[in-house]
Amino acid sequence: MSDLSCRISNVDKAFGENRVLRKLSLDLPAGRVTALMGANGAGKSTLVKILSGVHASDHGSITLLDRPFAPATPSQAIRAGVVTVHQNINDGVIPDLDVASNLLVDRLAERGYGFMLNRRRMIRDAREIAAGMDLDIDVRTPVAELGVADRQLIAIARAMAHAPKLLILDEPTSSLSAAEAERLFQLIEKLQAQGVAILYISHRMSDIRRIADRVVSMRDGEICGVFEGPDIDYEGAVDAMLGHRMTEVDFTIPPPGAPIVSLQDVRLKSGSATFSLDLCENEIVVVTGLLGAGKTALAQALFGMAPVYDGTVTLDSDRYAPRSPNEAVGSGVFLSPKDRASNAVIQDFNLARNMTAPFLDRYGRLSFVDRRQERRTARAMIGDLAIVCQGEVDGIGTLSGGNQQKVMLARWLSQPSRLLILDEPFQGVDIGARRDIGHKIRATAGERATLVLVSELDEAFEIADRIVVFHDHTAIAEFRNENIDMNAVLAAVTGSATNADRRAA
Amino acid sequence: MEATPDQPAGKAAPLAESKRGSRGLLLDVAIRYGFLCLLLGMIVFFSAFASGFAGPRSAVFIFQSVAITGILALGVTCTLVVGGFDLSIGSVATSAMMLSAYMMVILEQSAVVTILACLAMGAFIGLVNGLLIVKTKVPDLLATLGMMFLLLGLQRIPTEGRSIAAGMTLPDGSTAQGTFSPFFLSMGRHRFDFVLENLVPVSVVFLIVIGILVWVFLELTRHGRLMYAIGSNERAAGLIGTNVTRYKIMAYMISGTLASVGGLLLAARLGRGDIASGTNLLLDAVAAALIGFAVLGAAKPNAFGTAMGALFVGILLQGLTMMNAPYYTQDFIKGFVLVIALVFTFSLSARRAGSHL
Repeated sequence: MSDLSCRISNVDKAFGENRVLRKLSLDLPAGRVTALMGANGAGKSTLVKILSGVHASDHGSITLLDRPFAPATPSQAIRAGVVTVHQNINDGVIPDLDVASNLLVDRLAERGYGFMLNRRRMIRDAREIAAGMDLDIDVRTPVAELGVADRQLIAIARAMAHAPKLLILDEPTSSLSAAEAERLFQLIEKLQAQGVAILYISHRMSDIRRIADRVVSMRDGEICGVFEGPDIDYEGAVDAMLGHRMTEVDFTIPPPGAPIVSLQDVRLKSGSATFSLDLCENEIVVVTGLLGAGKTALAQALFGMAPVYDGTVTLDSDRYAPRSPNEAVGSGVFLSPKDRASNAVIQDFNLARNMTAPFLDRYGRLSFVDRRQERRTARAMIGDLAIVCQGEVDGIGTLSGGNQQKVMLARWLSQPSRLLILDEPFQGVDIGARRDIGHKIRATAGERATLVLVSELDEAFEIADRIVVFHDHTAIAEFRNENIDMNAVLAAVTGSATNADRRAA
Repeated sequence: MEATPDQPAGKAAPLAESKRGSRGLLLDVAIRYGFLCLLLGMIVFFSAFASGFAGPRSAVFIFQSVAITGILALGVTCTLVVGGFDLSIGSVATSAMMLSAYMMVILEQSAVVTILACLAMGAFIGLVNGLLIVKTKVPDLLATLGMMFLLLGLQRIPTEGRSIAAGMTLPDGSTAQGTFSPFFLSMGRHRFDFVLENLVPVSVVFLIVIGILVWVFLELTRHGRLMYAIGSNERAAGLIGTNVTRYKIMAYMISGTLASVGGLLLAARLGRGDIASGTNLLLDAVAAALIGFAVLGAAKPNAFGTAMGALFVGILLQGLTMMNAPYYTQDFIKGFVLVIALVFTFSLSARRAGSHL
């Protein structure tokens, strides 16, 4: 089981004068899960792109099962046996087609498939593939009707149809709930048993602990540590990736101030149970729960995107029922949404303009934007949040994911707020940037109430004063983040606690 | 707006895009100034080889030839900014032309009433376009294409398909009593003294004033900024509290109103409601707006670029005409320029954007 599947030796890659990979060497053994860790910009994606045939390496060689491997196009890489499932799930599936067509679409693209479609044969073949992967989906369902997790599994199942030697998974769990991620892990273990080498790229320590046989740290285009054996030194791997020791997050919970936002007997949708929740000044409340537990519905209600079904919400003791995000922002309730690429980043704008976009009425007068003032604010925020960039007029697209996320945070920190809602603020962010963001949220929390929505418990423990667990669109448990019983939180999140226990909690 | 890598802020320069090589710099300059250099080169070329090209009269003629399409193009630019498209501008303009003739010749209204009615019609059509697009979710191209057909038909109904001129015979056999008011006609025919006597036509003044207004609105005000935000990422713009619906409708209303201004100028120049004129307006205006993407490497709709795009086509056609190029080659040349400009915009700036990780 420990034959070598893929050997990467002395690979160099530069874009212009920027050396992204420096003499990188890495072995990927068959039947093992190699986790690759690295900060944003360490060169992980470039390595993946070379392996998957998007870029060619400048120097060095790659062998796959002792044969030279230098794919010129993605389809060559796939045919040679290297299959990549990208972070952006929608790149992996075609939503308008049904599951069967998605599973077989690569075959359709091959020469010699024939001109006409044989629908019955397609469905039979697709069922075979699905059964082989323990996928329990009707193959005639359009992919558009499926959730993120199923789409991900379909993308992987499709990849498996090529009988790969090396499977690359780039942040596969970033949009999955814990239970869905577990399905994925079981699938990975199955592939592992079949002797597939797996390169698993993730920022999530819990994933890596769960699934990795060996951990490889990468920094500045080089491998700076390989950790394997029965006891993997995870902390060492993180230190190697960052280049310095990671300090433990350590804070004392400050005394919360007066309630700013109060939800009383609120029902988020018809048929769900009511709950009450106070969000206080100088307090960071984390709401966590599975995907679909109602976290987003809560954020949408507070940000004026959908009214609460029932119950009252007050802001500074006044009735609060915003009818649009515009009204919410006007009353000092800000929301930094999840999935920044589709919901937050304005790709055509530079960094400064991205930051000031919600508050243009506060820059200049008579609708004219005072650009000097705008850039001054942006420069101050760049310094404040240690955003790595050339200057405030950089295009937002030139920044790494972690820095883009910091810009999105800077957008909402640049003006004082009464309630700041951060939906998945650590999505696609490396651990260094994650700590920076966490520190900044805590440092600025004094004057406002802060509500953070995360599905990853590690992140919740790192940032919260108080953790509220959501299930079925209602709050079912609440914990103060001190000497916390992780298992109790986990039980509440997965809904394994009984109803009676929840009420008591 | 400068993209030179100066003043590194934050901890360190990022890995990607730390330095640009001289080739990258050259590409940058080519993208930014290529089109304006081409424009300048063309002027020099025609000045040298086409006698009579260089001179204020010829310059004004060029301006006049692009004034109406330029105004329409500025309107369509506003809809492009919010990520939409307005295919109805040409027929809005011809409808405004027919309406103004109908108002004055048949209904015998004054110039002021006529102008107000035409502007109101343009704004109303824009409103309907906008509502179709944001409320009923009809895709922009289809909604405005539908509107285009509707208006092309509608403008022919009152006169049973005939052009409108003073003294025409009406469907009931009587003769139209109204005439175009002199004030109205002066919009198309009066020339202001500027350096030379009777040099600058009113339509050129309209173009310049509207061009500056649209530029100021899009570039300097927060409304323009938010419209660009909507065009770039509509969801994100909505989630920062922008009233996306209102801005989109406003863009179509601006487009409709400017198109009716173009129609009024056309009517004033022709002195009649000519059913056959204005067929080229839509394509010329769209071409100008799209050529504008290439100006200064903007790679997005912008008022200055649109004006330059309109001017570019005008100069090219005027120069070629003076060098005795046959009229029937005009559309080919316009199309060719448009394709080159689009290649400029999309392939070169895509390469620039692709230079980072």
